[in-house]
Amino acid sequence: MKKNENCDHIKLSVHHLDFFYGKKQVLRKISMDIHKHSITALMGPSGCGKSTFLRVMNRMNDLIPEARAIGTVLLDNEDIYGNNTDVVKLRQRVGMVFQQPNPLPKSIFDNMAYGLRIKGIKDKQKIAELIEKSLKKTSLWGEVKDELHKSALSLSGGQQQRLCIARAIVMEPEMILMDEPCSALDPISTTKIEELMKELVDDYTIVIVTHNMQQAQRVSDWTGFFYMGDLLEFDKTKEIFHHPKEKKTQEYIEGRWG
Amino acid sequence: MSKHEQFSEKLGKSLIFIFASISLLILLSIVFFIFRDGFLAFKENGFFHFIFGHDWNVQDNTFSVLPLIVGSLVVTIGALLFSVPIGFSCAVFLAEIAPEKVRNIVKPAIDILVGIPSVVFGLLGMILLVPYIRDHYGGPGLSILAAIIVLILMILPTIIAQAEDSIRSVPSSFKNASLAMGATHLQTIWNVILPCAKSGLVSSVMLASGRAIGEAMAIYMVIGNTFTFPKSLIDPSRTLTSNIVGQIEEAAVGGTHLHALFGCGLILLFIVFILNSYSFFIKRRGCRSC
Repeated sequence: MKKNENCDHIKLSVHHLDFFYGKKQVLRKISMDIHKHSITALMGPSGCGKSTFLRVMNRMNDLIPEARAIGTVLLDNEDIYGNNTDVVKLRQRVGMVFQQPNPLPKSIFDNMAYGLRIKGIKDKQKIAELIEKSLKKTSLWGEVKDELHKSALSLSGGQQQRLCIARAIVMEPEMILMDEPCSALDPISTTKIEELMKELVDDYTIVIVTHNMQQAQRVSDWTGFFYMGDLLEFDKTKEIFHHPKEKKTQEYIEGRWG
Repeated sequence: MSKHEQFSEKLGKSLIFIFASISLLILLSIVFFIFRDGFLAFKENGFFHFIFGHDWNVQDNTFSVLPLIVGSLVVTIGALLFSVPIGFSCAVFLAEIAPEKVRNIVKPAIDILVGIPSVVFGLLGMILLVPYIRDHYGGPGLSILAAIIVLILMILPTIIAQAEDSIRSVPSSFKNASLAMGATHLQTIWNVILPCAKSGLVSSVMLASGRAIGEAMAIYMVIGNTFTFPKSLIDPSRTLTSNIVGQIEEAAVGGTHLHALFGCGLILLFIVFILNSYSFFIKRRGCRSC
């Protein structure tokens, strides 16, 4: 295993990752370092494997029968695909926000409390405090504080997605994975979420899958460009967009295809 | 639209209307006849006597049905008590835990079991269960217990199939949300999937109770059909349905006896109506929250 020299800055480190659905290989020899307190954007045309790669980081792929990962994925230098990994703990450390806002069909409060109760926190006072803190962080507090017991499904799409982010950070994770979090939202909600991400990056390490190149440019520090299961290029976002090294990357960001 | 198209459009719609009206008319006339003759039973025996009395005397022409109602309820509730927990567990196993290969074999098998004619279950009960109960627990063998077991076998596939469908129709996004927050699979099933599937689960139970309370032949074959309050599980008894099956040949057309049988039918109709309305109500409410 290759030791990384400046591993203090690295939150998650992927080495030579191959990923298969049954016999079909969807990721080939991916190596990538995710830096602490940064936003890393994963880009590429549909079916390039970027969402699969995102789900490697919290092992959500485990749910798919016959999905297989080969390689090492180190979270704080511990292999999350190792034998003694507790997937439940992993997912509490690495939160996730999905493409479609997916609040549970429960009240706003119960959505927020769900993970905390699962985690074993029983103190009602503490639960309420943590919820308030997270809702304030996602600036949802002002909008929902009087209707915490209304169904989360009565919120607008943008509010629902911010609730999902709040629901992820209330668990006090170290990383947050976002799978095209704005693709189902209107431009105003999108802006709000992008601003939120920039605030959250002080406390968390964020990885975001996006189809939207402007979004990647606006929010991310690092960008990885995936193509047909390969990581073609990975660099600082500025480099990728201004001096791409690969021809495919350049063509893609210029909008010639994809 | 051309003239020709207009014509065929109109013709098609009127044909559909006619056939729909015919089927509706048939249904309404069934209800009408049951009500007309059923009401006579209440009139001839007195409303309270008919429901709360316990005599069924063809010679004296006095009829009342409390033991039958008790029989029907005991048998149905007894069957549900066992088949609901077993059925739900099996449905959760098939929908969430079993490997795809197992499910692909078991689910179609259960769907076929749903369609097995109840008289076949009755036959099995008669040949296997009744002698077994007689030999091991005493009594005539023909008993409440035999009826309950036959019903359990009969409604289990219905509950499993329906419950499995409703569990699988819970959007996977809910499941993902729960798992991504660090819930275990079992916690997710218990806290998210089952509550979301609630309306479907309730209607599976309602459907099963409807089948159980309405089942005539299979019960008639194993329950012994004596007009008594059952005192233990191995006593024979009689239900509203098995009463109709057992008596219909002796009842003269237009007589009080026949009216009493229609009265049984009316009570059954009423019970099934209540079950269905409850299921309908739960479904409506389920849609709003889920």
